[in-house]
Amino acid sequence: MIWHSWSDFWAMGGYALYVWGSYAVTLGLIATEVVMLALRKRNILNHLGAVAHQKETRSHETAP
Amino acid sequence: MTQPTREAATMRTSTDLAWGTPRRWSIFQFSSPQTFFPLAGKMVPYFAALALVLGAVGLYIGLFVAPTDAQQGDAYRIIFIHVAAAWMSMFIYVVMAFWAGMCLVFNTRLSGMMATALAPTGALFTFIALWTGSLWGKPTWGTWWVWDARLTSELILLFLYFGFIALHAAIEDARRADRAAAVLALVGVVNVPIIYFSVKWWNTLHQGASVSLTSAPTMAATMFTGMIVMAFAFWMYTIAAALARVRSIILERERHADWVAEYARSRG
Repeated sequence: MIWHSWSDFWAMGGYALYVWGSYAVTLGLIATEVVMLALRKRNILNHLGAVAHQKETRSHETAP
Repeated sequence: MTQPTREAATMRTSTDLAWGTPRRWSIFQFSSPQTFFPLAGKMVPYFAALALVLGAVGLYIGLFVAPTDAQQGDAYRIIFIHVAAAWMSMFIYVVMAFWAGMCLVFNTRLSGMMATALAPTGALFTFIALWTGSLWGKPTWGTWWVWDARLTSELILLFLYFGFIALHAAIEDARRADRAAAVLALVGVVNVPIIYFSVKWWNTLHQGASVSLTSAPTMAATMFTGMIVMAFAFWMYTIAAALARVRSIILERERHADWVAEYARSRG
């Protein structure tokens, strides 16, 4: 461990704004991409599910 | 995304054709979206787990083990993500251009999908490289930005990614979009060696490479290890993200195929 205390760690030798500004934006963007990937998957699965449901009900209606 | 296109018709005939041909073991077997879809699904969790573990180790080395730099103080800790992201930004572009080339030469659907799946993650890492570079430049050089060759060519890389994504999105027929965007990707690949060698070819404010294939790294061993581990973490993340995205792209573009309907039904 190279830091004397946690406050020492967060201060980053006076460069806190630059160091944490870099790390926070990087982690934030990656987290955003992960969420967007999950949403994209959910959207297409919902769409496919809705289409399948539509087809099913239509085939029921036309059935004698 | 949801409106049916002409693609649907061509897609169905091409899968029908694929069914008709006798099965032979070849690398092209995996170029079928239908075969690749479950394979990609199996690989995503492994690469995601690797990315998490390597990321944790890399951050630990970078933030807790590596000593404070004698010249730059702790501001240098930005390079653990800056250098790794900058490497990935160029590497992803080359891989994207490779798939673009495969798309143009072999006209395989999956190649175009792979190129499209890589572009957003490439743009992400390019932006991270520029953003962290700027935050490193302010305390170290005294400026957020200079129009030197390295920074300018990296900014052009970001615009190439944006151009690729925008061009692909602007053309409705997905396979025509693939081919048009592929041409753009291949033309733009000339920018990658320009970025890489810019610090040698021109007099740049940006420093030369501290790590190269031809000589020993000019930095402390722990600093070097932290950077390499972060680069691998980003690499594994990229594979996981691109595979996850290509799965959605496959479902979106093959949504009229029978196997996709079957898959959707199996998920309930």
